[in-house]
Amino acid sequence: MSMQSAEKADFYKQLGRMYGTYTGAFIAFIILIAIIEKLGVPNRVLGYMFVGFTIAVYAIIGVMTRTAQVSEYYVAGRRVPAFYNGMATGADWMSAASFVGMAGSLFLLGYDGIAWVLGWTGGYVLVSILVGPYLRKFGAYTVPDFLAFRFGGNFARFLGVIVLVCCSFTYVTAQVFGTGIIASRFLGMPFEWAVFAGLAGILLCSMLGGMRAVTWTQIAQYIVLIIAYLTPIVILSTAKYGFPIPELTYGLAVQDITAREQQMIAQGLATTANLKPHVQPFLSYSPLNFFGIIFCMMVGTASLPHILMRYFTTPTVREARQSVAWSLFFIFLLYFSAPAYAAFSKLEVYTNIIGSNVSEIKPWLFTWGQLGLIQICGKAVANVADAVAACKAIAGHAGVIRLQDFVINTDVVVLSTPEIAGLPYVISGLVAAGGLAAALSTADGLLLAIANALSHDVYYKMLDPNAPTIRRLTVARVLLFVVAVCAAYLASTKPGDILAMVGWAFSLAMAGNFPALVMGIWWKRCTTTGAVAGIIAGFGLCLFYLVTTRYYPQAGVSYFGMSSLTNPQTGAALVDVAKLMADPKWVADVPASAANPMQSRVGWFGLNNINCGLLGMPLGFLVMYVVSLMTPEPSKEMQAFVDEIRKPRGKMILEEKT
Amino acid sequence: MAQPDNQANQEEHWRKTSKLMWTHLGVWFFFGYVVHMFVVPLNKIVIPVLGFPLGFYMAAQGSLIAFVVMLFMFARQQDKIDRDHGYAEDDQ
Repeated sequence: MSMQSAEKADFYKQLGRMYGTYTGAFIAFIILIAIIEKLGVPNRVLGYMFVGFTIAVYAIIGVMTRTAQVSEYYVAGRRVPAFYNGMATGADWMSAASFVGMAGSLFLLGYDGIAWVLGWTGGYVLVSILVGPYLRKFGAYTVPDFLAFRFGGNFARFLGVIVLVCCSFTYVTAQVFGTGIIASRFLGMPFEWAVFAGLAGILLCSMLGGMRAVTWTQIAQYIVLIIAYLTPIVILSTAKYGFPIPELTYGLAVQDITAREQQMIAQGLATTANLKPHVQPFLSYSPLNFFGIIFCMMVGTASLPHILMRYFTTPTVREARQSVAWSLFFIFLLYFSAPAYAAFSKLEVYTNIIGSNVSEIKPWLFTWGQLGLIQICGKAVANVADAVAACKAIAGHAGVIRLQDFVINTDVVVLSTPEIAGLPYVISGLVAAGGLAAALSTADGLLLAIANALSHDVYYKMLDPNAPTIRRLTVARVLLFVVAVCAAYLASTKPGDILAMVGWAFSLAMAGNFPALVMGIWWKRCTTTGAVAGIIAGFGLCLFYLVTTRYYPQAGVSYFGMSSLTNPQTGAALVDVAKLMADPKWVADVPASAANPMQSRVGWFGLNNINCGLLGMPLGFLVMYVVSLMTPEPSKEMQAFVDEIRKPRGKMILEEKT
Repeated sequence: MAQPDNQANQEEHWRKTSKLMWTHLGVWFFFGYVVHMFVVPLNKIVIPVLGFPLGFYMAAQGSLIAFVVMLFMFARQQDKIDRDHGYAEDDQ
């Protein structure tokens, strides 16, 4: 498995040449499309060319890297260099939500939205110092593999699989949903078709080559998504401030926003009640929930199986650590640009839309208005006449757009930036290809995590330990296909809850996995009974809090002493629980309908249910500690194994036959 | 490679590793949480030329840069500890 140094240097050089050529070809392709656009080819055709070209590249890589070897299928042969694994992790990590939604959230929430940026980056510190490199030394194929070995067998493995499936499946469904949205918007396909077309793209990349194929396509996808994300704002920043680094120039935009906010209040375009100053903290989240989100997303990062398993693919423990650093660097490039997107578009909206006459609305607004993603005066409007009529309907409206008259969907911020800036359509097509790359790459990683857990942990380790290689790989591929089709089917029904559930995945992973992984590595005295009890207690409490506050808020109030969350700005209760509980209409509403005003608005200590990990994880640690001390010390052999995990040198603990 | 793989060396290696872990965990906590608790007073300071309020800047960029730098430093420091105790993997 280990390569000679000359061979290795050669391999690295070859990789550099390959991806360098690929990047060059992609840029040349963008220029080519720009020229074709000038010749008057319609936008729809350009969109198809963009998406078609990028998916074809991913598919070619997927087919070229097909494999019939188990270790190649599960951990890419453990020879992905740190730098490239970092890039692949970056693509794995950044989902449709990061690419399309994050800048929009920052636009709406201002400072408070940064909790997500911090939470989704700082977690890598925990991955590197507490968990990742040790799992690499252990030599597992999956995270449940480690739990099974350290905590005596298949019960711990089974718990690990449950946690993994719970936190990965909703997440992958959201990615498939994202590909559907992007494909339907830019290619004009019906949403349901677009979902299954996206599915085909995902399967092409992962089915034949498993982890090996996913790794090399994710690198290609990272290159597309980062070029797509940065190009529009670099152009915008150069045009506005004469300097091509938007991350530095948006400070001036933030200043302008603050000045404009005061001006808007002075002119009566906004009120102190409906305007959330962009830099003022704790207006949307209370300090507890703000820091709770940061903490849950960080610890969740260090517990999500599809991320941890990326570090199983490096040649050495040393490279696993370097690889975490590279991962965060590549993720950082996108995340520190998101606030710039938010600031530029907010300034644009505040100066050129708010305060202007309804009759003078720019035409780009209506393309999004038609889709219902931008509302003027409470209506999704498709043309100027509609907008004027909608505002006339509001009593005493002066025909000038006020802050409360303009509502924008968070997804539009990134997707419409090229149009706001008046850039040619080629840039819009590029952004669509980038969003698609982000969604596909994350979906690939997640699907592989689920299918591997089912094929390796459940089928091979629990059901049929004597299965021959060919059958193992066939089962893995069939399961991958089945899970993918289930996810696509669920996505095509447009389930309303799915997007909210993505945030939950972090809390669930954190409560279920983090204590067991950390204690298993850092505390030799942790016993099997302790770990199992801790996983059940922590994950159980987290799941209970989620389900109760979301679906059974009445029961939460009646039996578990939950009360209303508070508005962070005023400190007032969000809902009048006593009054609602007296209303027979809501008492019987079990499980809660979407209309239930208490849904996700009750809880303990004013804690949002997205932060349920904050309850589950400490309980998990506590139970693990107490029960471990009550049960006999783990065997000398097990303690020696833990010592081995802590030393990078030497053989892996779990050498799989291939 | 100079060190023998005995109990004492192993314990010393783990003691240093743990110490490094706690140090980085401390720095992580500072940049992840402590600094943002002071966002309101920090926002009164404006970074010259760039124009960011400092509290906002720390959350949007400052802490992220700190995390990236920390990780590259950690990879180096832990590798040095492993090498000093003879537990590092062979260079290929």
